[in-house]
Amino acid sequence: MAGVLVVCELQNGKIKKASREALTIGRKIAEAAGGELAAFAAGSGAAGAAEEAGKFGAKTLYAVADAQLDVYTTEPYAAALKQVIDQAQPSVVLFGGTSNGRDLAPRIAARVNAGVASDVDRLEWTDGRLRARRPVYSGKAFATVDVVSTPAMATTRPNAFPPEETGAGAAEVVNVSYQPAESKSKLMETKTPEAGELSIAEADIIVSGGRGLKEAANFSYIRDLAHAINGAVGASRATVDAGWIDHQHQVGQTGRVVSPNLYIAAGISGAIQHLAGMSSSKHIVAINKDPEAPIFRVADLGVVGDLFQILPALTEEVKQAKSGH
Amino acid sequence: MNSVVCIAQVPDTESRIKIGADGRHIDEAGLKFIVSPYDEYALEEAIRLKEKSAGDVTVLSFGPDRVQQALRESLARGATKALHVKGNSGDADALGIAKVLAAAIKSVPHDVVFFGKQGVGTDNSLVGPMVAELLGYPQVNVITHMEVGEGKLTAHRELEGAEDVVEAALPAVVTAQKGLNEPRYASLKGIMGAKKIAIDVKSIADLGLDESDVVGQRVQTVSLALPPEKSGGRKIDGADAAAAAKEIVKYIREEAKAL
Repeated sequence: MAGVLVVCELQNGKIKKASREALTIGRKIAEAAGGELAAFAAGSGAAGAAEEAGKFGAKTLYAVADAQLDVYTTEPYAAALKQVIDQAQPSVVLFGGTSNGRDLAPRIAARVNAGVASDVDRLEWTDGRLRARRPVYSGKAFATVDVVSTPAMATTRPNAFPPEETGAGAAEVVNVSYQPAESKSKLMETKTPEAGELSIAEADIIVSGGRGLKEAANFSYIRDLAHAINGAVGASRATVDAGWIDHQHQVGQTGRVVSPNLYIAAGISGAIQHLAGMSSSKHIVAINKDPEAPIFRVADLGVVGDLFQILPALTEEVKQAKSGH
Repeated sequence: MNSVVCIAQVPDTESRIKIGADGRHIDEAGLKFIVSPYDEYALEEAIRLKEKSAGDVTVLSFGPDRVQQALRESLARGATKALHVKGNSGDADALGIAKVLAAAIKSVPHDVVFFGKQGVGTDNSLVGPMVAELLGYPQVNVITHMEVGEGKLTAHRELEGAEDVVEAALPAVVTAQKGLNEPRYASLKGIMGAKKIAIDVKSIADLGLDESDVVGQRVQTVSLALPPEKSGGRKIDGADAAAAAKEIVKYIREEAKAL
């Protein structure tokens, strides 16, 4: 067992939460397998992640410090990661399940003939194999799979592995000099149209609205509560299809599958494809005027009533609670 | 401008999933199968490209005989050719599927290779980028907008709360996200016309591949299980909105510890 390599994404020099989660489970896999945890980071400031990577259990940080890697693009990152895989010879490579992690993992896997378990919410080392559990059919079922290739790869589902620090010191930095690769694509610009708005992908709290809102303008009820509680705005497929809100907000089988700590559903009856996308949330509150709505079957706390009365009262109550009353 | 659209056939998203007798596959009895929803956006974009600049739209699917239904539906919507690679896709890992599709794509003229961003059901989101790698093409993943120019395409790639605008040289692989376009329905004329198009059928061996590199490799399913049935929690009457709001905040604070 040579060890576990976790591909870390940096943002302003810090390791992103999804990568810290991957480091946390990566450390446990390494311990079980009797190997060491190593981290990969790329970009000019890559070596600066050594202290943080060490805190999460990494003994080594492979830093590919090159300005060509300051922003993520597929082919240069795949080339840099291939160099590190060749050097470190890991048995397991893990990625946080972010947009970039999910872009890079299949690309590098095809390059080294590795199997990948996507979007896993459990991971263990059993009988010398990487065993993963992953939701399929958007959570209507769970598949347990063994990744039997070397290396074995997986992308971790955001929020599934709470980050744990070990208190260890900085990881030892191994500088890897980037051998520039041909790239047939280039990044022209990054647009951030919804600056300040939280994405449902990684949010701890999501407040979602459905057809019960009656019209697009009434998403303000959802936004007000989301703002007060510092959560992201989610939506049912019906509201997205009706054009009330952008698809980025859609929770469900043809939207995002989410598992936040707290999910508040208002005016959502709970179509099977919506339930599939949110029922693994840790705490679920549902507000609906129909006591028979299927959403109540998955809710930990169900409130039968008028969302137009309850949401403003709840927003007010949350603001009070936040201000310490 | 020629396109290939890779189509996955999946259980209808409204289906209830049952586990098959072997405990490793779903029970397909009585299941309705559809074209994976994201593949519909991919197909629509390819058809629009053909309408602008002529060329062929080849729909390609790897799987058992039932996938021909998905190919027929795609022809009815406006694809011009169809290729079915017969095989046990259910026991192939994503890279096995990608190897089959990459080999099949090489046999068909193409400038753009389209996928849905994921096959709804298996939810891997792996095959598109794997095919790009195997063919040595650039990839733009999870796109919400795309324009094709001379020898290149420009596409918007969805990120967490942002998007990248990426330019890629042709041939290229893109994977479609909802919002890319509004897929059309098949017209009666399209349905009739589709019946006249023969679906080309190939085996894995016809593509020069060994089945042993496709099926049962790299990732193996140990078991498939349904999630534990949730019993449903407490239900309260919300007629008094203020009281209900207090009750919810109490729950959020004490149980979810989120306040």
